Amino acid sequence: MTNLTLLQAVTDGLRTAMRADPSVLVFGEDVGRKGGVFLATEGLQAEFGPERCFDTPLSEDGIVGTAIGMAMNGLRPVAEIQFQDFIFPAFDQLVSEAAKLRYRSGGQYSAPLVIRTPYGGGIRGGLYHSQSGEAYFCHTPGLKVVVPSTPHDAKGLLLAAIRDPDPVVFLEPKALYRTVKGEVPAGDYTVPLSTLREVRAGGDVTVFCYGAMVPVCAAAAETAATAGTECRVIDLRTLLPLDEEGVVEAAKRTGRVVIVHEAPRFGGLAGEISAIIAENAIEYLEAPIKRVTGFDTPFPNTLEHHYLPDERRVLDAIELVAGY
Amino acid sequence: MTGKEAIEEPLTVIAPDGGVNGHDPGLSPEELRRCYRTMLTVRAFDETCLKLQRSGRIGFSIPNEGVEATQVGAASALRRTDWVFPSYRDFGIALHLGVPLVEMMHNMFGNGLDNARGRQMSVHFTFLDPVHFVSISSPIGTQIPQAVGAAFAARSRGEDTVVLTSFGDGGTSSLGFHSGLNFAGVWKAPVIFLCQNNGWAISCPASEQTASTSYAAKAVAYGLPGVVVDGNDLLAVRAAVVEAVERARAGGGPTLVEVRTYRMGGHSTSDDPRRYVPAEELARWRARDPLARFEKFLAAQGLWTPGEGEAMRAEARRDVAQAARLAERAVSPALETLFTDVYAEVPAHLRAQGRYLFDLAARRGDAVAGGGEFPL
Repeated sequence: MTNLTLLQAVTDGLRTAMRADPSVLVFGEDVGRKGGVFLATEGLQAEFGPERCFDTPLSEDGIVGTAIGMAMNGLRPVAEIQFQDFIFPAFDQLVSEAAKLRYRSGGQYSAPLVIRTPYGGGIRGGLYHSQSGEAYFCHTPGLKVVVPSTPHDAKGLLLAAIRDPDPVVFLEPKALYRTVKGEVPAGDYTVPLSTLREVRAGGDVTVFCYGAMVPVCAAAAETAATAGTECRVIDLRTLLPLDEEGVVEAAKRTGRVVIVHEAPRFGGLAGEISAIIAENAIEYLEAPIKRVTGFDTPFPNTLEHHYLPDERRVLDAIELVAGY
Repeated sequence: MTGKEAIEEPLTVIAPDGGVNGHDPGLSPEELRRCYRTMLTVRAFDETCLKLQRSGRIGFSIPNEGVEATQVGAASALRRTDWVFPSYRDFGIALHLGVPLVEMMHNMFGNGLDNARGRQMSVHFTFLDPVHFVSISSPIGTQIPQAVGAAFAARSRGEDTVVLTSFGDGGTSSLGFHSGLNFAGVWKAPVIFLCQNNGWAISCPASEQTASTSYAAKAVAYGLPGVVVDGNDLLAVRAAVVEAVERARAGGGPTLVEVRTYRMGGHSTSDDPRRYVPAEELARWRARDPLARFEKFLAAQGLWTPGEGEAMRAEARRDVAQAARLAERAVSPALETLFTDVYAEVPAHLRAQGRYLFDLAARRGDAVAGGGEFPL
């Protein structure tokens, strides 16, 4: 066990995967000699050489398109898109190609690749370095969408994603890169995809969250506990395929549900989770489901702390459903 | 050609009288006749699929009439261990590399024996064996960077496999064309970019697709050689692709081959090209039919007579008709194939959706297929 930041855990996961499997390679913009703009790939080119960790031309479409061809032909590409905001030129490759390849070829071809990309706000990145686009990808059958929130999960989920036979969009909460630290096993391990994690036990309210919202919700739950409301905080970890049964079971257990994400509300994951709960457990609910999300605006800059769900807003929602 | 320049004067081998001026195509008489036979089969397939579509037995087809020499000439330069990332008008490439006709017909009917389980429109083939003819998608140009990635992977294992990717003149305007050629140039990837300039991107003439002097000229900006070829001349296409393949196998990197040919049919069976193709332009190209051109060459070599040609044409038609009969009789894809192959394992939510659909069918009867005509 070593104490690592989430960012260091990502690097450790990449290094572990590359040591274990020579077909794993890491590429993207500035990931080679610089080690990535956030330094997630630092040291990899030095250890594995420029054949396995290298810079590409500045083209997200080219990065994902070539990654698909590599994955089809026996490699395990782990490509970085520098900011999730810049992924849209590659949207066609992800949505039309990687996601559909297995289906449209009757299983003859597949694209076992991982696209790692930092997402989310909280770094004063404004419109184009802050977005949370998970809903776009979750609306695409054939993709898997994974969001870690702890160093332990960052490494274990990344290793599971790299070894998964299907294409995975791996969203890294950049706000947590250096702000969370935790114990990470030194060796090789995986955290299974499509499993939930209980962040905190509690019997009064269930709070669903993921990524950078997990510490916010955990803090709000601690504050709520001082006033006598015990929250069960659930980290979704994999958004697609979601552990729907686990979500329904967790909602039934308390009958009071808050769902938190920083992405805009309309068409977001909180709406989907609300619907899953309403369809399967409405008779268990003691209060309306409450969503705490980003606003339906572009992501702001100077006022980003008003846009992002914070402890106040989560606590407000917890108190509302607890007291209903 | 060795430098990173574009040769824009179209390469031609077969003269109007069938002579080749001493050119050695590098194919045995049997192989030359097989090239001709494949072209005949492509044309017979076109005719049959048009009839099947007009009579409502299949939904859609893509005519290949006029581009047969391009497809077969390019395919003749490849090994079966090479990979093809095709577009949707590359029927002859798969056929010439040994894909059985009946497997193609299964796709045309979208039946249960189709490799794609009827999940795609007709003509969107996928084959793994006997050649990697990679699953076709409808978005334009997306296969181009994928081909570069597959070539990168082959080279990383020290193989001398090359990858051929094919697209039309319209495809050169796509994002994938730019990123694909750019990455291939930087990586020196063993790729052949086959631009089939067939005159029209649906209804947009090639003259409105680019202001470049040629499509091959675009190669220069990416640091790779480009060449223009007479696409109705099978031996010219073959010669250009052979040279590109040899360069790629030897580690010399990618080549852009612009093939000038003509789509004598519509974009698809849903398209009426009379709305936009000038009649005199079509007549001009009909006079340059690639099959007639190759017949002249074969005749000059003593490998073809009109009688033999007719017999082979009849045989090709019989083969296609037989494949169509077999494919039409095959059962529909099983209902559960709606939910398989989305992921390697069927996840819980898809199992639940499948159970719902089966239960619904049991309670309320099966869904009924709708009419709906495809417009494009």
